[in-house]
Amino acid sequence: MAEPLLVVRNVSRYFGGLCAVNQVSLTVPEGCITALIGPNGAGKTTLFAMISGFLKPSGGIIQFRGEDVTGEPPYRLARRGIARTFQIVQPFAGLSVSDNIRIGAHLRHRSRDEAEKLANEVGREVNLGAILDRPADTLTIAGRKRLELARALATRPKLLLLDEVLAGLNPSEIREIVPLIRGLRDRGITVVMIEHVMQAVMSLADRIFVLAEGRIIAEGKPSQIATDLTVIEAYLGRGAAARLGAGHAR
Amino acid sequence: MKVFAPIVVVVILLAAIPVVVHSNVVLNFLVVALMVALAGQGWNILGGYGGQYSFGHAAFFGTGAYVTAVLQARYGINAWTAFMLGILGGAVVGAVIGTLSFRSGLRGSYFALVTLAFAEVLRIVASVAPITGAGVGTLVRLDLRLAALQFESRAAFYWVILTLVAVALIVTRIVERSRFGAWLIAIRENEDAAMALGVDTTAIKLGAMVMSAAITAAAGCFYTQYFLFVDSGIAYGTWISIEALLTPIIGGIGTLFGPLLGALAVRTLGELAQSITGDAPGLDLVVFGCVLVLVVWFLPRGLAGAVAGIAQRLRQTERVSTAREAGHG
Repeated sequence: MAEPLLVVRNVSRYFGGLCAVNQVSLTVPEGCITALIGPNGAGKTTLFAMISGFLKPSGGIIQFRGEDVTGEPPYRLARRGIARTFQIVQPFAGLSVSDNIRIGAHLRHRSRDEAEKLANEVGREVNLGAILDRPADTLTIAGRKRLELARALATRPKLLLLDEVLAGLNPSEIREIVPLIRGLRDRGITVVMIEHVMQAVMSLADRIFVLAEGRIIAEGKPSQIATDLTVIEAYLGRGAAARLGAGHAR
Repeated sequence: MKVFAPIVVVVILLAAIPVVVHSNVVLNFLVVALMVALAGQGWNILGGYGGQYSFGHAAFFGTGAYVTAVLQARYGINAWTAFMLGILGGAVVGAVIGTLSFRSGLRGSYFALVTLAFAEVLRIVASVAPITGAGVGTLVRLDLRLAALQFESRAAFYWVILTLVAVALIVTRIVERSRFGAWLIAIRENEDAAMALGVDTTAIKLGAMVMSAAITAAAGCFYTQYFLFVDSGIAYGTWISIEALLTPIIGGIGTLFGPLLGALAVRTLGELAQSITGDAPGLDLVVFGCVLVLVVWFLPRGLAGAVAGIAQRLRQTERVSTAREAGHG
């Protein structure tokens, strides 16, 4: 297999005395969709923030394309090709949809016209084509999530970090966006996604890491994770796996 | 070139005023209004487009004014050179204050307070330092020659300040259309999101600060040439910090013509207030305060925003009526 795109080695992050992420290691191979799941408060978003440069790790190393990028500021990581979306959407509220995406497009294009062209292209790709001129603050939640995605895509990333892009969407909206994410992988963009919508995770992810209480407790293919006892216990409480097993036996 | 057309039209119209109007009172009023507009144009780059509200643009205005005055009065340097060095001096002060405050991550009201503090420190230093003439101030020798950048006619001064305003308008327009400007606006709208999209927010804010400081400093340089006198209360006084931020806010924050519209409105009101109350000191500030409250309440996008809103509504009704006519036909 080719060299992994992203390597996280023994990364920790403390907030005062609280250890949010504890000695986490994971590797993300190029051209795959990797999912990061885990109960609330497991440290998933903190880990994302460290990979994208918004938080500095208390310890450990992060490598991107073989280079040590630990503690680099977000803008430099974005130039290297790491883009992220925010769990709580962060639109440029006063700007139009097209202008929002154009800000991302400017990363690789100085000229306004080129950036605008790319922005409109990406906007159509994520099905925002009809509302490119609308102010961003008039969008629905589904629209704003798409806008987050479009903006990140306009930076032409190699690695895309998606922080709960499906949260708050209804089932039909989820059905629309899932093939979009799969399409990104097919175009060669490596995706790491934090997601709670299991149906989507199971159908999209090539590999899953499970984070609980700041540690990686399991990793593997979706089918393996679904039956992993430690994972079930992390979500449902100690002894849950045994009780479930007993229920099946009865 | 189409993007500069409105600027050309406005500047030509303004340039024609002294041809028609010969009253020194009116011209003097307009010169001061344009000077305040220029200071506001500087503030607008950083505050209007970048969302970084400075309460201390006097620091740049004053530096421009003092550098221009002191270089001429004490070192006999040519007025034009002194003027340019004054702008440069303002830019340097902007770079220093910007580096210190943006590097330490100051945002919002903390940034505003720090800029205010810097301006006040400069005012106090200027009021005691020998080089600035301390409490006495600095006088520039009267020398009504083009080489000394002094003119007998108010109209000539008017055209000089109008040229500076025009340059600032063009610079603002270029910023608006550039990648730098797009990133600056992104920072205003959402700094974290901008960072995630690869914007080096510290560098962009610093660039805006330097540009902003240079433009406001130019207003200070002009002040010296026009009045031939500065002291610490004029140069670094809070009056100019207030007017520099009031004019864009009232005129239309983050808009090309906002500071110009705002300056004319604010100055007109100020003059009216003074003529009605008979020069009671500080009363113009009371009027400004009331106007600010009214504008923020009723016209959050300022006068320029209101004009744009009316234009849009007219266009919509026109579209509706043409659509209706088409429907009848």
